[in-house]
Amino acid sequence: MNARRERLPVVANEAVGPYTLLRLERGGLDPGLPGQFFMLEAPGRVLPRPMSLCQAPPGELTFLMEAIGPGTRALCGLAHGDAIHVLGPLGNGFDLDVPRPLLVAGGIGIAPMPYLLDALGGDPPAILGFRTDHHAEAAQLLPNARVVVEPRLVTELLPDEPHDVLACGPEPMLEAVRALVPAAQLAWEAPMACGYGACYGCAVERDGRYVRLCVEGPVLRSAA
Amino acid sequence: MIPLLNASGCLDALTAPEVARSLDAFVTKTVTPLPREGNPPPRIAETEAGMVNSIGLQNPGIDRFLEANLPRLTEVGVPLWVSVGGFSSSDYAETCERLDEHASVATIELNLSCPNVEEAPETAAELVAAARGATAKPLYAKLSPATWDIAESARAVTHAGADGLSLINTIRGLALDPSTGRPALARGAGGYSGPGLKPIALACVHACAEAVDVPIVGMGGVFTGSDVADLVSVGASAVALGTVLFADPWAPARIRSEFQAERVGPVAERKAVGHLSTSSPSA
Repeated sequence: MNARRERLPVVANEAVGPYTLLRLERGGLDPGLPGQFFMLEAPGRVLPRPMSLCQAPPGELTFLMEAIGPGTRALCGLAHGDAIHVLGPLGNGFDLDVPRPLLVAGGIGIAPMPYLLDALGGDPPAILGFRTDHHAEAAQLLPNARVVVEPRLVTELLPDEPHDVLACGPEPMLEAVRALVPAAQLAWEAPMACGYGACYGCAVERDGRYVRLCVEGPVLRSAA
Repeated sequence: MIPLLNASGCLDALTAPEVARSLDAFVTKTVTPLPREGNPPPRIAETEAGMVNSIGLQNPGIDRFLEANLPRLTEVGVPLWVSVGGFSSSDYAETCERLDEHASVATIELNLSCPNVEEAPETAAELVAAARGATAKPLYAKLSPATWDIAESARAVTHAGADGLSLINTIRGLALDPSTGRPALARGAGGYSGPGLKPIALACVHACAEAVDVPIVGMGGVFTGSDVADLVSVGASAVALGTVLFADPWAPARIRSEFQAERVGPVAERKAVGHLSTSSPSA
C-alpha cells in the first residue's frame, strides 16, 4: 500500500453550483494518478468516504462533492480551521498513455476530470452532462468542454471518429458509454468502508465474478 | 502488552501486509471448502454508531487458498490464524484436516456464527468436535452474541475441545436506504459492527470468562486503547480490531499507545494466549 494517512487542514470549502469544492492542504500526501481516490474522514461518522482527486494545485488537494448523505454533508460543512484525516492515493487511475483522449463525465462524475485534463496536457475534448442548469455550473471547472443538460445525454455528443474515452459518471451513463465505446476506460463508484481491500464491501461484477473496486479499480477498462 | 489481532474479514494481509505486520497475529477471512463468490452488492452501509455488512464469506475455497494464498501469507511474517467456515460438520472437519499439515498455520479459528450465510444444522459444539477430530492445532471457537446464554455455548464448545474463544461476531442488523425506505443491502439484513457493539462484547466476554477457563480474544466495537482495557478488565487475553481498521489502517499503533497509557482495572487472572506463534503453540 503506497497510501499515506495524514491529518490535513482545510484551506476552504467553495460552492461550485450545487456542489462543494473542498480544498485541503496537501501535507505529505502524493496526489497520485487521475482517477485514483482518497478516503476522507467524515466528522462524526464511523467510516471515511471515498473521493477522487479533483485538482492538485501547489500545496493543495481538492475534492468536488455533492452533499447527499450524513457523511458528505459533514464534509461539505467543513471550514477553514478544521482538519480531517485523509488516506491515499488508493486504487488504480486512468491510463494516460492514449493517443486520442476524450473526456466524458456526468454530474458529480466531473470530479476527477480537471486533474485528468491537467495530467493529459494539451487540450483534449471533453463532454459533460448534468441534470439541471444549476448543476451545469460545475462545467466552469472544465472551461472548453461541451455541455448538455437533461433530457439531452452525453452519448448524443460522442463523435463518430474513434477516440480513447475516459469517463466517470452515474452507472447508466457508464453503461451507455460502454455500449458505444467498448474499449472506454470507466471510473466506477461503489459504497466503500475501507478503500484498501480489507472489507470486500465494494464488490462489482466483472467477467462473471465479484472483484473489489478499490483494488481492481475504480477505473476499469470495459474491454481489453 | 495485550496481543492485538484483526477480526476475521476486516483485513487482507495480501493487499496491506504492512498493516498485518503491525498486529501480533493476522486472522484470515473465513475459508470454506468450496469457492464462494459472496453476496451481490450493495454489501455495506453505514448506520448510527457502526455499519452493517453482508459480504457472504467470499473466498477462493480451501484448494486455492492453500495453493495461492497460504505461501504468500506465510511470507508476510506474522503468526497466522486461519478462519474456517462451512455448512456442516464435515465441512469444518475437511478444511481443518487440510490445514493441519501446514506448519505456517498457528491457529484455526472456527467461524461458527456468520450472520450472512445459512447456518450449519449442527450445534456449535458438534462443529467444534468435528474440527477437533481433524486437527491438533489450537482451535478457537468464534461465537455469536445472538444467543440466549453465551456462557452455556462457551462451556459446550470448550467441552467439545476448543482451546480458546473469539468473542464476538457481528450481530444481525438492518440499515434502510433513506431515499427509498427499503433495506440498503441487497440481502436485506447484515452483520452489525462498530462502536455500538462494545457493550454487547463486554457482556459476552464477562459471562464466558466466568464460565470457562480458556483464553478469550475479545472484539466488538474496539476503537480506542480504553476499549481494549475494558475488554481486558472483563477477561479478554487478547483483543481483535474490526471496523476501526476500515476507518484507519494504522489504528493498531495508536490503540497500542493509548492502551499503554490506560490504567487497567483489577483482573482476577489473565490467561496467556499461547497460540500466536507458529513455533511454540502451547495448547
